[in-house]
Amino acid sequence: MRTANATTNGTTGAGPLLDVQDLSVDFHTDTGVVHAVRNVDLTIGPGEVLGLVGESGSGKSVTSLAVLGLLGTRRARITSGRILFQGEDLLTLPPKRLQALRGSHVGMVSQNALSALDPSCTIGAHLVEVIRRHQRLDRAAARAKALESLELVALPDAARRLRSYPHELSGGQRQRVVIALALACRPELLLADEPTTALDATVQKQVLDLLLSINAELGTAVLLVTHDFGVVSHVCDSVAVMRRGQVLERGAAAAVLRDPQHPYTRALVEAVPRLRLSEQERSVPRQRRRLPEFTEVAGGVGA
Amino acid sequence: MNRTTTGTAGADAAAPAAAGEDGVRVPRQRDRRSPRRPSRARLAVRAFCRDRVAVAALAVLLLVALASVLAPLLSPYSPTEGDSSLRLQGIGTPGHPLGLDGQGRDVLSRLLHGGRYSLLVAVVPVLVVFPLALATGLVAGYTRGRTGEVIMRLLDVLFAFPLVLLAIALAAVLGAGLGNVMLAIGITLVPYMARVAYTTTVQEVGKDYVEAARASGAPTRDVLLRELVPNVVSALLVYATTLCGLMIVVAAGLSFLGVGIVPPAPDWGIMTSDGAAVLLEGKFHVATVPGLAVLVVALSFNLLGDGLRDALDPRKQTS
Amino acid sequence: MSATVQPRGRYEDLVVVRDLRKTFGATTAVDGVSFDVRRGQTWGLIGESGSGKTTTARMLLGLEPASGGSVDFDGTEIVRARPKTLLALRARMRMVFQDNGSAFNPRRTVGDQIAYGLHRFGIAEGREARRRVVDLVERVGLEESHLGRYVHEFSGGQRQRLGIARALVTDPDFLVLDEPTAALDVSVQAQVLNLLKDLQAERGLTMLLVTHNLALVEHMCDHAGVLERGRLVEAGPVDRLLTAPRTETTRVLLDAVLEPGAAGARA
Repeated sequence: MRTANATTNGTTGAGPLLDVQDLSVDFHTDTGVVHAVRNVDLTIGPGEVLGLVGESGSGKSVTSLAVLGLLGTRRARITSGRILFQGEDLLTLPPKRLQALRGSHVGMVSQNALSALDPSCTIGAHLVEVIRRHQRLDRAAARAKALESLELVALPDAARRLRSYPHELSGGQRQRVVIALALACRPELLLADEPTTALDATVQKQVLDLLLSINAELGTAVLLVTHDFGVVSHVCDSVAVMRRGQVLERGAAAAVLRDPQHPYTRALVEAVPRLRLSEQERSVPRQRRRLPEFTEVAGGVGA
Repeated sequence: MNRTTTGTAGADAAAPAAAGEDGVRVPRQRDRRSPRRPSRARLAVRAFCRDRVAVAALAVLLLVALASVLAPLLSPYSPTEGDSSLRLQGIGTPGHPLGLDGQGRDVLSRLLHGGRYSLLVAVVPVLVVFPLALATGLVAGYTRGRTGEVIMRLLDVLFAFPLVLLAIALAAVLGAGLGNVMLAIGITLVPYMARVAYTTTVQEVGKDYVEAARASGAPTRDVLLRELVPNVVSALLVYATTLCGLMIVVAAGLSFLGVGIVPPAPDWGIMTSDGAAVLLEGKFHVATVPGLAVLVVALSFNLLGDGLRDALDPRKQTS
Repeated sequence: MSATVQPRGRYEDLVVVRDLRKTFGATTAVDGVSFDVRRGQTWGLIGESGSGKTTTARMLLGLEPASGGSVDFDGTEIVRARPKTLLALRARMRMVFQDNGSAFNPRRTVGDQIAYGLHRFGIAEGREARRRVVDLVERVGLEESHLGRYVHEFSGGQRQRLGIARALVTDPDFLVLDEPTAALDVSVQAQVLNLLKDLQAERGLTMLLVTHNLALVEHMCDHAGVLERGRLVEAGPVDRLLTAPRTETTRVLLDAVLEPGAAGARA
C-alpha cells in the first residue's frame, strides 16, 4: 500500500511543503478567552499524508482552518506563529493572494459533503466554476477538465454525472465530488477534515482508498483531520496527536501506532474496538472484555 | 468551577475547549454553588432582562397600558367635547401640549383615552384565539391524516383572503362597534395563528424526542401536552406578540375606514382619520400624533416578540 | 462490580422475530426477517444506511407498524398487539437513540424526562422516584445536579449516558441500541460501551445493537445478522460470522473495518 516515492519525498525533499511553526489561536467568547491552539508545530513534506488526530475540542479542526487562512474572524485571533506554505508565510499574505492559493494550491474536503455543495447547481457547474476561477480556460476546455476530475475520483458514469444535482447522488458519491472539486486545480496539498465520519463503513473505506490512490498518482500531500486511529492506520505516513490545543506526540504513523509514547495516545489507539484479536484476548469471555479508558489522575491507561 | 471557557454550564459543555474533558475522567468537584438550579421561568426572565431592547419595549407597552387605564384621571380635558374657539391649534398650545383637533378637542386627552381601544382591540382577540389556534394546530399537526388535512384546508380558505381585506369585510358585515371589531379581528387571526401552531407541530413531531417519548410509553395525551405543547407554545407566543402589533395597525385601519370603532370615541384610527381630513389645511399634528402612537406600540410589540423568542430558547438562557 | 445477574423467564429466547416485513408503497424496506434474541445476550443487527436495520428495530418495539410477520416478546405478540398492550410493554422494552441530543426535549429538564417512565408506569412517585433517578444517574456516571439541566448543556458522551439512564429507569428486560456510539469520539465510545456491558451484567439485560461497525459487533455481541436491502443475508454466532463469513456482503463489511495495526494497513 505504501507509496515509496511519496514517503521518500516527504522526508528527503527540498523542504517541507507546509511548515506550521509555533501556531497559537485564541477564541474570544462571551465568557472569556479560549486558547484553542497552543504553540503547535507541524510539517508536511511533498506527497506526505499526515494524520492530525484528536477528539472534539482538541483544536485539530481549528489548526486546519488556520492553515487555510479561514480563521480571520473577530472571534478567532492567531496570537503567534508562522504557517509556511512552499516557503511563503500564509499569515502575512495579502487576502487576494491567499484566496488565489486556496483552491489552486491547497484543496479542501469537508466533513459534510451535502452542505459543501450548492443544491441548485449541477456537479458540472460546480467544477467549471472552480476551474475557471483559477485558470484561464474557455467553457469547453473547463468542461473537459471537469470531466477529467470526476474520472479521477472514479465516479461511475462521470459524463452523465456532470449534469446531475447534488441530491441525486449518494453520500459516498457526493464526497467523491467534493474531492474532485478540491483536486480540480491539482493542488499540492489537500486538507481533509473528518472526510468520512458521516459515511457508512464500506463507503468510508472506498473514499479513503481513493485518497490513497490520488496521493500515489498525483503526489498530492494530504492533511487528514480525524479522531479515529483506525483511519490513521489505513492511510497516514505520519501522525500528530493533539489534545487541548497542544500536540502531544508526533512521528511516523507506524512507529506511533506500534509504540505510543504518550499514555493518551496509547488510550486512543487501544480504545478503537477491534476485529482481529489475539488468542489471549479471545480467551476472555466477551462479557468481560473491556476497552481501555483514559484516566487523567494516574496519567496512564486504566480500566 | 471551570466555567471560564464556555458559555454553557459546567466543565462538561460541548463547546470547543471544554469538550475534550469528556474523554477524561477527572474527579469532579462535588460542590456546586447551588444544588438547586433556578426554575425554567426564572431563567427565562433572567435572559429576558439581559435584552435591553425587549425590556424597553415592554416598558413602553406597560406605560401605554397604564396611561390608558388611568386616562380619566390623567387627561386634562374631556376626550369627546371640544372648544371650537381653539380649533386646530398646534402642538405646544398653552394647556394643550399636543394641540387640538378639528373640533377643538384636546389631542392628548383623546390619545390617552384612545389607548384603551387600541390595546383592547389588539390584545383581546389574540388572547382569545391563542388557545383555539394552539389546539387546532396541535391536533391537525399531530394526526396529520385526514382530520388534519380537512382542518387545515378549511382554514386555507380563510387564508386565501388578504388579512386586511378579510378584516374589513368581516367588520363591514358585522357592523361597527368595539365588540364587533374584536370579533372581526379574532376571526381574521384564526387561520394565521393555527397555521403557525400547525407547522411548528409538524416540525416538532418529526424530531427524535417525540419518538423517544413514544418509546418510553407516552400515550398520545402525554406526547401532546408534555412534549409538544412547551415547544409549540413558545413559537406561537412569539408570533402572537408580533401579531398584536399588526392588529393595532389593522384596528386603526378599520376605524380609519369607518367600519371600526364608532366616532366620536377617541380611537387612534378615528383620530388619524380625523387628522387626515385636516391635512390639507396644513395641520399635520392631528394625524401624526395618533399615527406615531400606533407606530410606537406596534413596534414595541414586535421588539417584545423578538426578545421573547430569545428568552424562551433554553439554549440562550445561560445561567 | 456486583455479581452477574442471570436473566429469568419462561423461554430461552426473549424476542422471536419471524418473517417480519415492511413495505412503503411499492418499495420493500424489510423483507422477511427472522431471528431470535436469547435472554441476557446481545444480538447485533448489522447493516449500512438503507439496509432497513432501523426500520426493523422500530418494528420490534412496535414503534412502526409492520406489514407482515410476527414479533414475539416474552410470549406477547407485538405486531398485532393492541395499543394498550403495547404501551404497557414499553416499560420492559426500551430504546437508546443514536443522537440523544435530539432525542431529549430541548425545553424540558433531562431529570423530568428520565423520571417520566417511573410515573407513567406507576413504579415510583415523589421521594422514592427521585431517589431512583439519582441512583441511576450516578450509576451511569453523572450527578444529581445534572438533573435540572437541559440537554444542550451536555457533551455527546453525557447525552448518551442520559439516554441510557432514561431507558433503564423502568428496569427493562430488553434494550434496543440504535448506533449508540456513532456520533462519539473513540475514547468516549469506549466508556459508553464498557458502561453498557457492566449494566448488562448487573441487570441481566437482553440487548439488540444496531450498527454498521463490525468491530463493535465483535466487541459487544454474541449473535448477529447482516441485513442488506431489507433481507437478512447471514446470521449466526459472532465468532463464526466474523471469522468464516458465508456471504460477500459480510466479507465486504469485514474488509471495511479499519483498525490500528491491522494487516493491509499502511502503517
